[in-house]
Amino acid sequence: MKTATAGPRPAAPGRAGPAHRRDLLRQMLRIRRFEERCVELYSATKIRGFLHLYIGEEAVAAGVMAALEPADAVVSTYREHGHALARGVPMDAIMAEMYGKATGCSRGRGGSMHLFDRATNFHGGSAIVGGGLPLAVGLALADRMAGRSRVTACFFGDGAVAEGEFHECLNLAALWHLPVLFLCENNLYAMGTRIDRAQANTDLAARAATYGMTAHAVDGMDVRVVEKAARRAAAAVRATGSPYFLELRTYRFRAHSMYDPDRYRDKAEIARWQQRDPIDTLARRMISDGELDEPGLAQLNADVEAEVAASVTAAEQAPVEPVDQLTRFVYAEDEGLP
Amino acid sequence: MTAATATAQAELTYREAVREAIRDAMRRDERVFLMGEDVGPYGGAFGVSLGLLEEFGADRIRDTPLSESAFVGAGIGAAMGGMRPIVEIMTVNFSLLALDQILNNAATLLHMSGGQFGAPLVIRMTTGGGRQLAAQHSHSLEGWYAHIPGLRILAPATVADARGMLWPALRCPDPVLIFEHGSLYNATGSPAGHDSADITTAAIRRTGSDVTIVAYGGTLGTALNAADRLAEQSISADVIDLRVLRPLDDATIMESVRRTHRAVVVDEGWRSGSLSAEIAARITEQAFYDLDAPVGRVCSAEVPMPYAAHLEQAALPQPGAVVDAVRAVAA
Repeated sequence: MKTATAGPRPAAPGRAGPAHRRDLLRQMLRIRRFEERCVELYSATKIRGFLHLYIGEEAVAAGVMAALEPADAVVSTYREHGHALARGVPMDAIMAEMYGKATGCSRGRGGSMHLFDRATNFHGGSAIVGGGLPLAVGLALADRMAGRSRVTACFFGDGAVAEGEFHECLNLAALWHLPVLFLCENNLYAMGTRIDRAQANTDLAARAATYGMTAHAVDGMDVRVVEKAARRAAAAVRATGSPYFLELRTYRFRAHSMYDPDRYRDKAEIARWQQRDPIDTLARRMISDGELDEPGLAQLNADVEAEVAASVTAAEQAPVEPVDQLTRFVYAEDEGLP
Repeated sequence: MTAATATAQAELTYREAVREAIRDAMRRDERVFLMGEDVGPYGGAFGVSLGLLEEFGADRIRDTPLSESAFVGAGIGAAMGGMRPIVEIMTVNFSLLALDQILNNAATLLHMSGGQFGAPLVIRMTTGGGRQLAAQHSHSLEGWYAHIPGLRILAPATVADARGMLWPALRCPDPVLIFEHGSLYNATGSPAGHDSADITTAAIRRTGSDVTIVAYGGTLGTALNAADRLAEQSISADVIDLRVLRPLDDATIMESVRRTHRAVVVDEGWRSGSLSAEIAARITEQAFYDLDAPVGRVCSAEVPMPYAAHLEQAALPQPGAVVDAVRAVAA
C-alpha cells in the first residue's frame, strides 16, 4: 500500500533547555487564560452549552503534546480545550467554535465538547465517556495495516475506566499489538463521584497492566515529569508497535462543569492540590534556576492575554453559519467528499 | 427471478453472493478488510466468510473478541484512518452493544466535525426471525437504524442485490449498514453479473394496478407470495422492494400509489414507531388525495419473539395476513 509517511520531526532545538521550558510554560498559560476567559464569556452568556474546564490539569496536555510528532493522531475527550490548544489547533478557531461561529474549528456544529481539526490530526472532542477508545484502536489498526509508523494518543478520564469499552479496547489493542498510547487523566472524580466510590481497584495503571501492556502512573502536576514519561511512552509505542498506558495523576481546580455546584469536594482538598499548581510550579522553578525573571513572566502572561483577547475579538466579529447550511455534513456523499 | 436473467450467470445462494461480493471487493481494493466474531477459521456465524481466510490471510479476515463496541468502533476509527472496513455483526440484537459507536460516532462525526472527519465503513449484520431463535436473536431493528441521520441503510432482498450492493456501499463516503435477513441465506438466484447495484432507489419487483405492496428484505418474499394469491382473486398488486431504508426513495413509492390508489406496507418490525409507520405517514403527506382507502400495515406482533414455532409464525407477517390487509383496503 502506498501511503504518505511523515518524516521524522526535526529534533526540537534545546528541548531540554530554557527555551523549551518557556514554551511549556506558555502552552499552560494559554490554556489557563483561555479557559478563565471562557468562564467570563459563559457568565456573560456569550458561550452556552456545557463547559468542562481543564484548569489545574494543564501539565498533562502541554507535556504530552510536546512528546508527540505532528503526524501522530490524537483522540480527545469532552474536557479537551487544553488538548486542542497544546496540540496546535489555532486559538481563534477554538474560540470561534465556543461562540458557535462559522469560523469555528467544527464550523459551529461541535461546540466546547466537539473540537476537531484535521490539519493537526485532532480527532475530537467526544462527549461519550470512553467513546473515543475504540476510535483510537481503529486509527492504530489502520496505521498498522497501511504500514504507517505513527502513534495514536488517546486521552480519557478515570471515569472511562469504569466503562466496558475500556476493557474491550485495552484487550483489543494488546491482543493485536496496536500502537495506541492510552493516556488516562486521573483527576480523582468522575463528574461528582470520587474514584474510590466508583472503582473497585483505584490503581488504574495496575489494571491496565493486566492486559499485558506496559503501564505507569506518574505525577500529572509537573509538566517536566509528564513530558519525560510521555516521550518514553511514545518512543516505546513507536519501537514496539504495541500499546502503552500512562496514568497521569492530576486534579481539576474547578467543578466538573459550569452547572456543577461542587458540593462533593472538601475545600481543603482543593487548596492542597492548588499548592501544586502546574503553572506556578514550573514558573517558580524557572525563576529559581535563573531561566526566567518576574518581568519575563509578566511579559509571557501579557503575550498570552493578548492572544486570548484577539481570539475573542475575532470570534465576536466572525460570521455565523447561515441557517441554509444546517443540513450540510450529514452525508459526505452530498458534499462530494471522498 | 425470471428465466431470462438467470441465464446470465449460474445460480448462487444469497450466502454465496455475499461471499462473492466480499471477495471481489477485497481483490479490487487493498484497503478493504473484513472483521467480526468468528469470520476467520469458523467461516462466519452464517458461513458467509467460509474460505476467505485462506485466500486473504488473518490480517484482512480478522477475527475479533466478543467486544461489539470495540470492534465496531475500531472499524470506524480504521475508516477515519483511510481503510475501508467491512464489519460483520452476528445479529442486529448484538449490534445494540455497539449502538453507541454507530450512533454517537459513525453517524455523527462528519457533522460534529464540520465536514472534517467521516466514517466510510460498511457494517453488515443479520436481522429478522423465522428460525426459532427466540427473543435475543430474531428481531428486526433496522427501522431503528433508519431513524438516524448520517447512516445509509440497505436491505438486499435478492441474490443480485446481495451480490451487488457491497461494492457501491464501500465506495460511498458515508457509513453504510447492510441488513441481511437470516432466512435468505439459502435462497438461490442469479447475481446476473451485477457487481454494482443501485443503492439509492427502490425497485418494483412486480407490476400491478390495484394495490401497492411495500416490502423489503425478508418481507419481499412474503409480499410476492401474497401478490400471487391475490392474482388468483383478480387483484393485481404492484410490489415495491424498498432496498434502501434510509434515505427512502419516496418517488418510486408515490408513483406506484398514484397508479394503484391503495397501499399496504409489510414490515417485520413492530408496528409502533416502525418504518411502516414512516412510510404510511409519507404516503399520507404526499399522496393523500390519490388514495381510495387508508394505508394498511402488516407488522410483527408486539411481543418479544417467542421460540415455539407456531407462536413465532403467528408473530411474524405472513402472506395470508398481507392478502387480508389488501382485501381490506380494496374493499
